[in-house]
Amino acid sequence: MARNVSTQRKIVVTVVAWTIGILIFFPILWTFLTSFKTEAEAIASPPSLFFFDWTTENYHEVQSRSNYFLHFMNSVVVSFGSTLIGLIIAIPSAWAMAFSPTKRTKDVLMWMLSTKMMPSVGVLVPMYLLFRNTGLLDTRTGLVIVLTLINLPIIIWMLYTYFKEIPGEILEAARMDGASLTKEIIYVLTPMAIPGIASTLLLNIILAWNEAFWTLNLSAAKAAPLTAFIASYSSPEGLFYAKLSAASTMAIAPILILGWFSQKQLVRGLTFGAVK
Amino acid sequence: MATLHTRSAARLMIAPSVLLLLAWMIVPLAMTIYFSFLRYNLLMPGMEEFAGFSNYSYFLTDPAFFQAIFNTLAIVLGVLFITVVGGIALALLLDQPMFGQGIVRILVIAPFLIMPTVAALVWKNMFMNPVNGLFAWVAKLFGLQPFDFLANAPLMSVILIVAWQWLPFATLILLTALQSLDEEQKEAAQMDGAGAWSRFIYLVLPHLSRAITVVILIQTIFLLSVFAEILVTTNGGPGTQSTNLTFLVYAQALLQFDVGGASAGGIIAVILANIVAFFLMRMIGKTLEA
Repeated sequence: MARNVSTQRKIVVTVVAWTIGILIFFPILWTFLTSFKTEAEAIASPPSLFFFDWTTENYHEVQSRSNYFLHFMNSVVVSFGSTLIGLIIAIPSAWAMAFSPTKRTKDVLMWMLSTKMMPSVGVLVPMYLLFRNTGLLDTRTGLVIVLTLINLPIIIWMLYTYFKEIPGEILEAARMDGASLTKEIIYVLTPMAIPGIASTLLLNIILAWNEAFWTLNLSAAKAAPLTAFIASYSSPEGLFYAKLSAASTMAIAPILILGWFSQKQLVRGLTFGAVK
Repeated sequence: MATLHTRSAARLMIAPSVLLLLAWMIVPLAMTIYFSFLRYNLLMPGMEEFAGFSNYSYFLTDPAFFQAIFNTLAIVLGVLFITVVGGIALALLLDQPMFGQGIVRILVIAPFLIMPTVAALVWKNMFMNPVNGLFAWVAKLFGLQPFDFLANAPLMSVILIVAWQWLPFATLILLTALQSLDEEQKEAAQMDGAGAWSRFIYLVLPHLSRAITVVILIQTIFLLSVFAEILVTTNGGPGTQSTNLTFLVYAQALLQFDVGGASAGGIIAVILANIVAFFLMRMIGKTLEA
């Protein structure tokens, strides 16, 4: 009897949860479906959910009209570039703070975090002028520099919380067994550090890919990543829903997939280790 | 000797990130403070002169400024309310045994991974558009007049779009916290005859309080700077009805080319964010000790 009630309950919960889940996801699903419609079908009333003539024409059109691939590559270069440079700078710092902490380590970490609290708009004017005067405006290099700086505190923090979990005794044990420093790093530390580094990499690519303050303000036609390119659809001409959907689908698909794989790390990275 | 050696090595390893962040924090901010005391317009180069606090008094007496402060607060509080209440409800729901839990979780998380410009434009055009949007179609289905969301309720529309993006964040963090709640404790409470409601009030909510605080503080930091969603949907309008502080400073700087005024606005935004940051830092600082 009790078992019966709990199965019934499970079914009710399942139906409610799926309904809400699909409702929340619906705008994304709708965008995906619309990207395969013709422009006329995209605004047809009543709208059709699945039963229309599927076409990939929009994807071709988006590319041929606006050189979509250039903006896609801008996003790739800017998000991967800023993340990799950030990791190269951050790994030694996080490492040192996790394994040879001093009295001031905590203060340094807190201070680094505090730089992240500064609203971007507080430094918009000088950054714009600096970029204009140094020719960095609308260049991939400029965007990589800014995104590296704004995500550096998060990268250091995430790495720190992961490195902190590597037990120090293992290092001592390896040393006792006569491992040299190089061997220690290659055979003992690297394998233990890689999962943390990989999660940090993933989260920061997501954050950099979606960053939409600096990319919108510091890039124009040439270096615009997808965030800024998509924004150009805010004042379009003629029918554009299907094309907007195609451009959007291509812009969000890679990150959706990456994000789904890194749900756990999302929580940890975004709360600076405060919730695990 | 060895420790001395490692210590200086450690300093050397930390130095690059500290120096970079120091430069990033000091140089542009010092420039903003400096500009905020100048009469400086990009359209009139070479005319810069010391202006005292006039940029600040201009900003602080501008009616648009108060509207922007109000809108900023409305966005922060509105989105916080929706996401925290909705997040708790969703987290409780997703914590129940069900079929296909993993897939539902993925569906719920998705909006957080969408870039802000895409999210805003999809909502603006395909849902809120009074002619071709889905909401208009639904309204007509019920024989109602379609509602022009972005023209008649611009601020509420922006809040809705931003809340959609941040609901997954709150849900995910609250769900993670919920899953760390001791199962035995719940059972013990149940055995003692505590009903679902009192279990929620006396057991679950206190356990979540820390995660709720984290959600509120982190979201506040980001929500104070909502920008892209406003830029592509309402462009701050109609008038200044959906202009927040970030957008106001942006408009002053890159549309009016008023460097001095925009800088003063930027400094005001920094001060406001610092007040929030103060509390957030204390929270996170405590976890470092634990």
